[in-house]
Amino acid sequence: MYTNKTLKVINLIEYIELVFTDYTLRTITLGTTILGAVTGMLGSFAVLRKQSLLGDAISHAALPGIAIAFLITGAKDSNTLLIGALISGLIGTFWIRGIVTKTHLKSDTALGLILSLFFGFGMLLLTFIQKQPNANQAGLDKYLFGQAATLVESDVWLMAIVTGICFIVMLTFWKEFKILLFDADYAQTLGFNTKFIDILITTFIVLAIVLGLQTVGVVLMSAMLLAPAAAARQWTNSLSVMVLLAAIFGALSGVFGTAISASQDNLSTGPVIVLVAGVFVVFSFIFSPSRGLLFKQIRFIKNRRDLELHKTLAFMHHIAETHEDISHPHAVKLLNNFQGYTRSTLQKLVDKNYVQLHGNMWSLTKTGFEVASNLYTKQSTEDE
Amino acid sequence: MKKDSKKNIKHSSSSDETSTSTEVIAVKVDDLTVAYNYKPVLWDIDLEIPEGVLMAIVGPNGAGKSTLIKSILGILKPIAGSVSIYGKPYEKQRQLVAYVPQKGSVDWDFPTTALDVVMMGTYGSLGWIKRPGQKEKKAALEALEKVGMLAFKSRQISQLSGGQQQRIFLARALVQNASIYFMDEPFQGVDATTEIAIINILKELRKAGKTVIVVHHDLQTVPEYFDWVTFLNVKKIATGPVKDIFNDDNLTKTYGINYKVSIQE
Ligand SMILES: Nc1ncnc2c1ncn2[C@@H]1O[C@H](COP(=O)(O)OP(=O)(O)O)[C@@H](O)[C@H]1O
Ligand SMILES: [Mg+2]
Repeated sequence: MYTNKTLKVINLIEYIELVFTDYTLRTITLGTTILGAVTGMLGSFAVLRKQSLLGDAISHAALPGIAIAFLITGAKDSNTLLIGALISGLIGTFWIRGIVTKTHLKSDTALGLILSLFFGFGMLLLTFIQKQPNANQAGLDKYLFGQAATLVESDVWLMAIVTGICFIVMLTFWKEFKILLFDADYAQTLGFNTKFIDILITTFIVLAIVLGLQTVGVVLMSAMLLAPAAAARQWTNSLSVMVLLAAIFGALSGVFGTAISASQDNLSTGPVIVLVAGVFVVFSFIFSPSRGLLFKQIRFIKNRRDLELHKTLAFMHHIAETHEDISHPHAVKLLNNFQGYTRSTLQKLVDKNYVQLHGNMWSLTKTGFEVASNLYTKQSTEDE
Repeated sequence: MKKDSKKNIKHSSSSDETSTSTEVIAVKVDDLTVAYNYKPVLWDIDLEIPEGVLMAIVGPNGAGKSTLIKSILGILKPIAGSVSIYGKPYEKQRQLVAYVPQKGSVDWDFPTTALDVVMMGTYGSLGWIKRPGQKEKKAALEALEKVGMLAFKSRQISQLSGGQQQRIFLARALVQNASIYFMDEPFQGVDATTEIAIINILKELRKAGKTVIVVHHDLQTVPEYFDWVTFLNVKKIATGPVKDIFNDDNLTKTYGINYKVSIQE
């Protein structure tokens, strides 16, 4: 167990050295990092549009395109196949839009429909290709789960260029993207062509997904799109920070995923990258300060404690009020009548200097009295 | 989007509460028919809204009130009919019109702040690509102040109460500095304080000569809040001054059951 861990650390260090020396590994790492960044960035838009299934539909819709491109050209060159993927991904996407606007089917119905139709057709074509006596055919099924090892420098360049364009477009139309995501109808009344903005966003999502097919594959690609964005959403209430964080999480998933799979011989890269992204999600959903489960629980417990404290203080205030001199001491025994009173709450009130103890007697301090009399008025006005 | 003519707007000089002698028609709807599927949800609507009125649109749930507003604003494409704003098609008059959608139509968990949402009201006059600057920010802050929400400007919008979210939407429309305001149920789910604050702002808008059209649910307050009313239930039942047409007869025609609303003389 222990040795295993040490071994891995050494491997990771070796890996880092390799990244700088080994050409192949450097290419793959760069590719997965860029891919993670661009999908994270665009994934934020998909998540905020509540179109989580869209990525899934697009990536599955790309499969028949790959097969057809191979059947037509007979080439295994990844760029040719990706153009096929792009075309059929786009066709699938616009069919989804068409179905939603023309037939009034719900959008998840349309997404599910296109996803299964295209994927089924794609698998059919793959089976057909596999039966052909052609030496070239082997390897097409790598697009199902991806194979990062096949990334070459030109692939990485292509990714970098698309990412750059995507980034520039995003900055240019930032305001338009934001208003479309938040309130599309309103954007339209202001005179924005919401269809155009929508198509722009969707086209870039399709591009990013197609770019990732070679590395991560059809089946897991949508996780690459959604996971970094979902994780990022937990940490911020600002759209720009969310997009930035999602890009960073995505990039880190790429780096670590590649590192881990390179240091463990038999692990394929795509699934490991997705798993790392999944770790980001789980970590974020638990530990985010404002939305995480952990802090929510802590806040809940703290609120309950505060409430107990306040209730006891209010009760004491009630007793103290009966006396003209508010610092007049009363018997601790009196408090036993009050449900929820414990010795430790009393001690906490003493610690806060709200209450003084004199043997078996207690009295409110001046601060304690003021805090107590403000308790309820404060709570009712706090909201407005 | 930028060169909308404001030539033919005459703001009524007097702010007489019951002015019915307004001649300028702010919004004109002709033979409007709208359907989502096959059955029209709005049927052959003719409507003339005079400039400077504070008008309620009333009708039961599903009557097509939201649909009417969305069709006027070009969000929905009608099967038939036309809409004009001060005599010209809506596309040419966008800058004269502001919209407050139903609060439930957006996701309030969206990662943004109150100020940011109000700033969206300036996007229309900015046009494509240009970013909001100091001038836009100042206008947004002023609008926030007007609706009593300045203290909440940096609040994440999900952490606002329903009434506060409604005020934010109102502020966003105020920033547009329009002549005609369409509001879809601005009083939905707000407390009494907010309701009074909102109605006061609406009355101020009317005083400034603006036309305000509000989808409204509480029939009791119609005579108190509004001076003009439209009864709608798929068809237009009636439209006119509250004091003339807000009666049991029209209410019964619209809501289908016997309605008795005591109207103060
Ligand atoms: N997007 C939609 N698709 C299909 N039908 C709709 C849609 N929106 C509204 N409707 C239907 O149109 C009718 C009018 O709706 P709406 O204008 O929202 O009514 P109101 O605002 O008066 O409550 C209702 O019967 C409603 O079910
Ligand atoms: Mg409605």
